[in-house]
Amino acid sequence: MATLEIRDLHVAVEDKEILRGVNLTVRAGETHAIMGPNGSGKSTLAYAIAGHPKYDVTGGEVLLDGENVLDMTVDERARAGVFLAMQYPVEVPGVSVSNFLRTAVTAVRGEAPKLRDFSKEMRGAMAELQIDPAFAQRNLNEGFSGGEKKRHEILQLEMLKPKVAVLDETDSGLDIDALKVVSEGVNRFREGGETGVLLITHYTRILRYVKPDFVHVFASGRVVEEGGPELAELLESEGYEKFTKAGASA
Amino acid sequence: MGVETRPLSTLHERTSYDVADFPVPTGREEEWRFTPLRRLRDLHKGAEADGKVVVDVDAAPEVKVETVGRTDERVGKAYVPADRVSAQAYASFAQATLITVPKEVVATSPTVVTLRGEGGVAYGHTTVVLEPFAQATVVLDHIGTATYADNVEFVVGDGASLSVFSLQNWADDAVHLSHQHARLGRDAKFTSFTVSLGGDVVRIAPSVAYDAPGGDAELYGVYFVDKDQHIEHRLLVDHTTPNCRSRVDYRGALQDEGAHTVWIGDVIIRAEAEGTDTYELNRNLVLTDGTRVDSVPNLEILTGEVAGAGHASASGRLDDQHLFYLQARGIPHDVARRMVVRGFLGQLVDKITVPDIQEQVRTAIDKELDRGGASGAAGAAKQAVRGASDEPGATIEQELDR
Repeated sequence: MATLEIRDLHVAVEDKEILRGVNLTVRAGETHAIMGPNGSGKSTLAYAIAGHPKYDVTGGEVLLDGENVLDMTVDERARAGVFLAMQYPVEVPGVSVSNFLRTAVTAVRGEAPKLRDFSKEMRGAMAELQIDPAFAQRNLNEGFSGGEKKRHEILQLEMLKPKVAVLDETDSGLDIDALKVVSEGVNRFREGGETGVLLITHYTRILRYVKPDFVHVFASGRVVEEGGPELAELLESEGYEKFTKAGASA
Repeated sequence: MGVETRPLSTLHERTSYDVADFPVPTGREEEWRFTPLRRLRDLHKGAEADGKVVVDVDAAPEVKVETVGRTDERVGKAYVPADRVSAQAYASFAQATLITVPKEVVATSPTVVTLRGEGGVAYGHTTVVLEPFAQATVVLDHIGTATYADNVEFVVGDGASLSVFSLQNWADDAVHLSHQHARLGRDAKFTSFTVSLGGDVVRIAPSVAYDAPGGDAELYGVYFVDKDQHIEHRLLVDHTTPNCRSRVDYRGALQDEGAHTVWIGDVIIRAEAEGTDTYELNRNLVLTDGTRVDSVPNLEILTGEVAGAGHASASGRLDDQHLFYLQARGIPHDVARRMVVRGFLGQLVDKITVPDIQEQVRTAIDKELDRGGASGAAGAAKQAVRGASDEPGATIEQELDR
C-alpha cells in the first residue's frame, strides 16, 4: 500500500522561495484535491515532486513508502511509482506515441511487453479515452489540441499504473465532454483502491466527476486550510480571497 | 542603373575546367574559410594521384553502365568546376563511370555504385544521364579510405525523375571533397539524399541548375559529426528559369570535442526566374560541449515575382523539456537522449524511400549514438530498456497495422 508523504517541503525557483513548508500525506485509495489561486505554488509542488531541474528543493522531504524520492533522478522517481500528468505536455518531434509508450512501459515494468499484448493494451486504453487509433503513429503531442494532449496524459497514467499520480491542472482547457472522458480515466486508475491521487486544480468543476476525499487550500506556498469535499463547495461559492489574505499574513 | 541592366548575383561562382584559373586557396577565401586546409593532404595544391578508389556498379537491368575515358563527349557536359579542387579532380581523373537510363525507361531497382577507397590520393568522375521520361534511383556508397576528390554530374532529362543517395560511409581517416551537380530539364524531378557519417574531412557540394521551367529539386541531408570530424555541406540552387521549385532540408547532430560541421545554403533566384518556389532549412543538434557549427543560409532574390522563398537555420542543444518529459515517464536519461536524437534525424530518414537504405542509415545513426562519449555513462541504464528502445519504430507500427 503506497503512501506519499510530503514533509515541510521548501522549494525555490531562481532563488525565489515558492513553497514555504508544505505538509501533506496521500495514502493508497485516497484522492486529495489541492486548490488555490494562480501563483500559489500548486504547479511548483507538482514539478518538485517529479524532479524538474528548474525547481530547487531547499528543505524538507518527499517520501514514497518511506524512501526519499528527492534523492532520485527524474526517471527513477517515475519507475518508483510517481507519475505527473503535466499541465503543458511537451511536443517531441519524430518520436511516435506508440514507440514512446512502449519504451516508457518497458522502463517502468522492467521488461519489454510482447508487441502484440502491448498494442492490444494500448488500443484498449486509447478506445476508453476516445482517442483515435491513428494517434499511435503520430509524433508525441505534436499538433495535438489541448484536449488531445490531456487525454494522452491520462492514457500514459493508465498504462504506467503508478502508485501515486499527481495531476497538474489536467482539467484546464477541457470542454465538458473531454472533462468527463478524462475523469473516467482517473476514476479507472483509482478504482482498485491501491493508488493515491493528488489532484491539482484551480476550479471545482472536475471534482464533480473525480470525488476527492480531502481538499487542501493552497496559498502563498503552503496549505492554509484543509477539509473534506465540503471545502470545495465553500470555495465554489466564496472564492479564494479569504485564503489568499490569510496566506499573505501567515 | 540603366533600364537594360540586370542585377547580378553576388553568390555567382566563377567556373572553369582549368585548374590554373583558381589560385591555391589560403583559407581566407569565402568558400574555403571554414575548411581545415591542413587536413586536405594537398588536394588543394595538386596532390599527385597515387592511390585508388575502386568503382563497382550493381545496376538495375534496364540501366547502361560504361567506364569511359576522359575524352568521351558525354562526360563533363553538365558541370563546369567551381573551385580549385573540383577543377583538379576534373583535370586528373583517368576514367569516368557513365550511367545511362534510356528514354522512357523506368529502372526496376536501385543502381548501387560502390566507391571503395584503397588508400592514397585519387580523383574520380561519375556521370548519370536520365534521358527524357526515364526514372531511376542511384546510390553512391563511399566506403574504405582515400584522399579523394571527384565530380558527379546528374543530367535529368525532360520529364525524367532521379533519386540519388550519396552515402559517406568512409573509414575514420578518409578525406573526400566532392561536387555533385544536377541539371534539370523541363518538368524534371530530382531528389538527393546526402548521408555523411564517416571520414575525417568530408566536404560535399551539391548544386542544382535548371535548364527549363517546371524543374523540381529536393535536397535532403543527414549527418552525424564525431570527435575531431569535419563535415561540410555547401549547397547551391541556382534558379535561372521560371516556375521551378527547390527544397533543402539538412539536419545533423554533433558530439565530442572537435566535431565541426559547416552548412552553406546558397539559393539564387535570377531576374528571369519568376514564379520560383524555394525553401531551405538547416538544423543542428549539439549533444556535447566542444563542438562547432557554422550554418550560413544565403538567399539572393533578383526578381519581385516569386511564388515563395524562405530559409531557416537553427542550432541548439538537446531540449531539457523533451528529456524531462521522457524521463518523467521512467525512461532513463540516456535512452531519452537517443529517442530525441533519433526523432530529430528520423524525420528526414523517414523520407528515404528505399527500405534497405533507410534501415542502413538508422543502424548507422544508432552506432554513432553508441560511440558518443556523452552516452557512455548511462550504459547500464540503457541496457535495462534496450528491448523496446532499440526496436525500430516500424515494428510497433507494423503490429498496429494488423
